[in-house]
Amino acid sequence: MPQRDGENTPSAMTGVSLEVRGVSASYGEVRVLQDISLTIAPGEFVALLGSSGCGKTTLLRSISGFVPVDDGQILLAGQDITNRPPDKRNMAMVFQSYALWPHMTAAQNIGYGLRLRRVPQADLKRRVAAMLDLLGLEGLGERKVTQLSGGQRQRVALGRALAIEPQILLLDEPLSNLDARIRQTVRHEIKALQEQLGITAVHVTHDREEAMVMADRIVILDAGHIVQVGAPEEVYNRPASPFIAAFMGADNVVDFTVERANGRVRIPAAEHNDEAFLPAGDVSGAVHLVGDCNGPVQAHFRGEAAGLVSGEEIPPDSLVLRGRISQSSYPGGFYRYAIQVGAQQFMVDDPRPLSVGAAVGISLPAASLHLYSP
Amino acid sequence: MIQAAWIPRAIILGLFAFVIFGPLANMLLWAFTEVWYFPHKLPVEWGFGFWARVFKPRGNAMLSLNNSVVIAIFVVITCLLVSIPAGYALARGRLPWRSLILVAFLLPQAFPSVAVHINIARIFYGFGLNGTFVGVVLVHTVQGLVFSVWIATAAFSAIDRELEEAARNIGASPLRTFFTITLPMAMPGIMASAIFVFLQSLDEFTGTFFVGVPDIMTMPLLLFTASMEGNYQIASITALILLVPSVFFMLIIERFLKADVLAKVGS
Repeated sequence: MPQRDGENTPSAMTGVSLEVRGVSASYGEVRVLQDISLTIAPGEFVALLGSSGCGKTTLLRSISGFVPVDDGQILLAGQDITNRPPDKRNMAMVFQSYALWPHMTAAQNIGYGLRLRRVPQADLKRRVAAMLDLLGLEGLGERKVTQLSGGQRQRVALGRALAIEPQILLLDEPLSNLDARIRQTVRHEIKALQEQLGITAVHVTHDREEAMVMADRIVILDAGHIVQVGAPEEVYNRPASPFIAAFMGADNVVDFTVERANGRVRIPAAEHNDEAFLPAGDVSGAVHLVGDCNGPVQAHFRGEAAGLVSGEEIPPDSLVLRGRISQSSYPGGFYRYAIQVGAQQFMVDDPRPLSVGAAVGISLPAASLHLYSP
Repeated sequence: MIQAAWIPRAIILGLFAFVIFGPLANMLLWAFTEVWYFPHKLPVEWGFGFWARVFKPRGNAMLSLNNSVVIAIFVVITCLLVSIPAGYALARGRLPWRSLILVAFLLPQAFPSVAVHINIARIFYGFGLNGTFVGVVLVHTVQGLVFSVWIATAAFSAIDRELEEAARNIGASPLRTFFTITLPMAMPGIMASAIFVFLQSLDEFTGTFFVGVPDIMTMPLLLFTASMEGNYQIASITALILLVPSVFFMLIIERFLKADVLAKVGS
């Protein structure tokens, strides 16, 4: 959807703060949320990220009022709304299924919330038209929603939510029903629109990249608990636990026994790795340490951060794992090798053609390593 | 051998056609007969004489047609007043005895109709409802509720709950949501159930016979009386009149009721 300036957009909405204070919720006997606390600033875009069943959708539904909370409070702009019915919360949700009403046209869907608010007919028409315009749906207002494409329906659903100028926009995996290609552009469109309108947004997703691209802050949930909150760079570069590291893509795991010395981490040479003496602490290019990291640790790294070295060379401030190429393929632009290191196999990309069976080293720069003490 | 394969098929089709259309053809013949007696294969004299008698402004037939239609309309209204809230509650609420309640509406159909209606007549007698308009409407309603409650439940079940949540979410009260989202979406199924109930009431015989006779005369009762008196012309014309709304509404129902609604009946 094209960017437009002030005059065509609906009147500026001002986001408000949202606070979740010690909220617990359950479905029947099953506790789905455990003591969740979260503060969202006005105009902030927060993504709730987690695998399915982690409670992220339940948290969103608690905020919107569809799931009653057992315990705790939800505050909107400082006001307690914990027991308010969903229609009195002045929030708007974009549903995963879009939940558009098939017996109405696109314009009627978008105008529904305004009609509820007794907006005069002429004003309503103008605002619906402006919304259609803003979303790049000019001329489609009179279509039944069943006659629209997936991307267009998604926009109508977004328009219906934005038309009421809500204080909070809730997005429940709104992109998961779109093709991969459309999804890429819609991400940026929603983000741009949210910034333009200055609205506070909470976005539920299981797609790491989607959360990274769209959100100002990412909240990672696991089994009904918040396990990390931070800016995209923060959760990507400094995952707080092995679970988060694996979830954020650092899913290659090697066990080591390390020792700390002079502010550095020493990994002694072993059967499958050379000795390494890596920078640690508050310097750039340092290993990311969680826990005291003196003794046995679990090391996580991303496949794409690894490089291949042949021979005995060791790049500076890097750990080198020794193994053999067991498989090679050419996905385009580079070769993808499966490297057998002991009992484990790692996928590493490299531009050089190498033969299967060759002895190689996987070099891991210190900054790409995350070490976790048990 | 292969060429002769159509013969048994043609015979079977012919038999079917005879079974289905034979009585109808007989009815059509009688409707336009003035005089017809044994051993003639076809009516001796044709004409519209009996039509004039049936449609006589103050005739029995017009009176009972009028009764039938008015009763049917009231039955439809009563059924919808019960089935819309009941269907919604059964589809949405977590009622503890859900399937039991659904079966309860079936019960009147499960027992022999004569036995049920004799007892209803006995009970109604105590309330002074026998021979009254209200009594007949009530008897028809009991039968109509089977269709209307089951179909309404299915129609409401077929609506995705998120569609209602979407309305609540942007500020609609529960009642507003029901009237602007839920009910319009369930309307095709509810219309279909209303038509079923209307037709059922129009054709109802046993209950009307036990509760309404002799004060309330409806088309099926007139048809019965006319056939018993050997007045086949009047009976045939009455039957033809009853056939018109049935065929007309059946065609409409076919357009209204979608497969996804039918699939939810009883689920």
